Amino acid sequence: MTRTVLTVDDSRTMRDMLRMALAGAGFNVVEAVDGEHGLEVLSAHRPDVIITDINMPKLDGFGFIEAVRVDDDYRAIPILVLTTESDPAKKDRARRAGATGWIVKPFNPEKLVDAIRRVAA
Amino acid sequence: MDELEAIKVTFFQECEELLADLEGGLLAMQDGNDDGDTVNAVFRAVHSIKGGAGAFGLEPLVRFAHVFETLLDAVRSNEVPATPDLVVTLLRASDVLADHVSSARGLGVVDEAVSAAMAAELKACTDPNAAPAPVAAPVVEAAAFEAAPVAAAPAEALIGADDALDDDDLGFDFQPMTITIDEQAADVAAAVGNVWTVSIRPKSDLYRKANETALLLRELARLGPIEATLDASAIPPLDLLDAEAAYATWTVRLETEEDETAIREVFEFVDGDCDLEITRGEGLNPDAALAALLAGEAPAAAPAAPVAVAEIPAPVVVEAAPEPVAVAPVVEAAPAPVAAPVAQAAPVAAAPAAAKTQQIDVPGPGQSVIRVDPERIDRLIDLVGELVINQAMLAQRVGEYGIAPSSNLAMGLDELEQLTREIQDSVMAIRAQPVKSVFQRMPRLVREVASMTGKQARLVMDGENTEVDKTVIERLSDPITHMLRNAIDHGLESPEERKAAGKNPEGVVRLAALHRSGRIVIEVSDDGKGINRERVHSIAIKKGLISPELQLTDEEIDNLIFLPGFSTADKISDVSGRGVGMDVVKRSVQALGGRISITSRPGQGSTFTLSLPLTLAVLDGMVVDVAGETLVVPLAAIVESLRPKPEEVRPLGPVGSVLAVRDSFVPLIDVGLTLGYREASPPPTEGVVLLVEGEDGSRAALVADAIHGQRQVVIKSLEQNYQQVDGVAAATILGDGRVALILDVDAVISLRRREPPRPVEPTLIAAE
Repeated sequence: MTRTVLTVDDSRTMRDMLRMALAGAGFNVVEAVDGEHGLEVLSAHRPDVIITDINMPKLDGFGFIEAVRVDDDYRAIPILVLTTESDPAKKDRARRAGATGWIVKPFNPEKLVDAIRRVAA
Repeated sequence: MDELEAIKVTFFQECEELLADLEGGLLAMQDGNDDGDTVNAVFRAVHSIKGGAGAFGLEPLVRFAHVFETLLDAVRSNEVPATPDLVVTLLRASDVLADHVSSARGLGVVDEAVSAAMAAELKACTDPNAAPAPVAAPVVEAAAFEAAPVAAAPAEALIGADDALDDDDLGFDFQPMTITIDEQAADVAAAVGNVWTVSIRPKSDLYRKANETALLLRELARLGPIEATLDASAIPPLDLLDAEAAYATWTVRLETEEDETAIREVFEFVDGDCDLEITRGEGLNPDAALAALLAGEAPAAAPAAPVAVAEIPAPVVVEAAPEPVAVAPVVEAAPAPVAAPVAQAAPVAAAPAAAKTQQIDVPGPGQSVIRVDPERIDRLIDLVGELVINQAMLAQRVGEYGIAPSSNLAMGLDELEQLTREIQDSVMAIRAQPVKSVFQRMPRLVREVASMTGKQARLVMDGENTEVDKTVIERLSDPITHMLRNAIDHGLESPEERKAAGKNPEGVVRLAALHRSGRIVIEVSDDGKGINRERVHSIAIKKGLISPELQLTDEEIDNLIFLPGFSTADKISDVSGRGVGMDVVKRSVQALGGRISITSRPGQGSTFTLSLPLTLAVLDGMVVDVAGETLVVPLAAIVESLRPKPEEVRPLGPVGSVLAVRDSFVPLIDVGLTLGYREASPPPTEGVVLLVEGEDGSRAALVADAIHGQRQVVIKSLEQNYQQVDGVAAATILGDGRVALILDVDAVISLRRREPPRPVEPTLIAAE
């Protein structure tokens, strides 16, 4: 069965990059432009994996992850944090919020798919 | 790779938007509006540019953006106060960043010295106390895996760290460090072979983050055959069991060619969320194994007997702890005492898998914008243009049959015309865009020009959302740029002069856009000293542009600056005097069917007003006959049409004549003569006169043979299809399928002016 990945990123470039890499690997991709939008799309599509940016308007990645984790329907969905942050504190904060894993930008498609495989059943 | 190239195009589009956001945010901060949202948006803009640039390996851009971002991060977290000085620095940095983007796009070159100096300045702002620091430090930290051999990893890691941002393998690929202690240790390695023992004791946090022991085992199995043993002894009786807690401990025997780093990598995401022990050999640590070897004993076998063995690759998973988030399928293989909780947990497990089939890729709410290839719209506009022509043709044919206007056919045709017009307007609206995209480039220009000329200038913008056809927008940039340069360089006084004149040392330059009677009007005004008419007048005389005895009104003097060869600057400055005068601006504006004018009040400033048609695709025109040729005169230029009476026509000089229109005289111009259709003009009284007004407000009476009526015509560029012709703006196709030329009214007026002998009219004499 085709897995669905939700990508949440305010950058169109990054969403397009993700879509290219993921669609190329056979995933179904749904997109959201910020955390708030991500929560809306989440309920409409029930993705198997979520990939989210941290710095976003409206609701940032931390808030988005926390919101997903407190929802009994979605808390089992693995979330990968996609970020260029070189600051370990940010990564730790994302983990405390409930991130399953992370991908350091810039990523290559193999690495991305690899990370998804590691967290997705 | 086409797809990647397409994304790159998107990236640069996005960069433009982000740069605009960045500048807008910084300007808001400059106005004292530095709430958290603004700073965050500013940070995000640079952050996103860096992120995308990294994906495309645009290293200089990444590097500069990184330094910029670091400072903005510090500002965002209030470590560095956003003083007005700092915001000015940030604005300059945004300009350099924009240069880097252009350079990455292949549209320019970054001045490396400027960029390096800016980067150094940003670093100094970020941490005033720091020596020019190794940027690498935080990157290395991030890459360092807790247990990775950091201490042993020597200089290379640090040397390479500067490029670490672009290193795809960052954080994933540390080279193994083989540390040979002595021969006996090597023997140990040989004795234990490639067998590792991995002990995993998950904490509840591991599950809370949607990590999964089963997946960890599956990953381990990718390294080599595994044998997993569950120690379920810690699982309490059912009534004491906490569903959210983790009780199980796994011991895995792994046979692999890979090293310890590769094994640890499997647990990267759960680092700290489980107790992890990795030892070489069969469940013994190397020291013990060494001791055993020394004692001449074989290494002990693995401890407890396996309760369950996971098949590889594993959907087969032993799930002992009742994890409500467990993922199906689950095989129940736990020992008897804990059978009940597992059974309880199982039904929950299937849930997440359920709703997967009905997923359709529907754009989420909020995505109400469609992106369309501009070529498609251009094609649509072209087609609608053809439709307009076709409709006109049809109307003409029907007219030729003498069908009554009240007939059903004629009425149907009228409706068709209405619809055609509406379609045309709607299609044009698709291509209409706010002038914002041009306006937002201007604050930087004003900053640069002001600093170059030593003036203090503040730009006030109005009507950025005024919409105009995309083709017009693209051509607005140059004239606006020039007018703004001119306003600061020539219009505004130096701060000292301004103070002396009792003005605010900071001059205000206003850029405004508005719609006025079917045209877009751009105004550029300054509160400077206004045009020095005496000087303009004397320069014009000195340069031979006008004759000294000519009496000119103030307005006419102001308009002298549009004459070719006129430049008011005493010395050519870097800024305005690029060999381009206002005459060039005027010509380029006129080429677009626009006009430009100036008003000025001494001591109070000047205003340049630029008016352009909203679209370059269609035109309302008057169709006239001249010497057997059909011409279209733009309706915008026509004031009125009339049939001259003999007594209104007065000869002037040997060939010229003027027309008395009410209280004034206007020169009569025979279009046929001017365009070279005929050698001699018929008497004006036999034809029709179109009273037209040029861009500068000067009037003329164009003589044509007959008027056919008013028509909307589709403009077809003459330059693209043939070549530029003096006096002709463009061409069109008429209802009967014939090509007609569209008259360039200003050019016709000035063509005629240039013709000797010169009439003694109170207009300017253009120097050749």
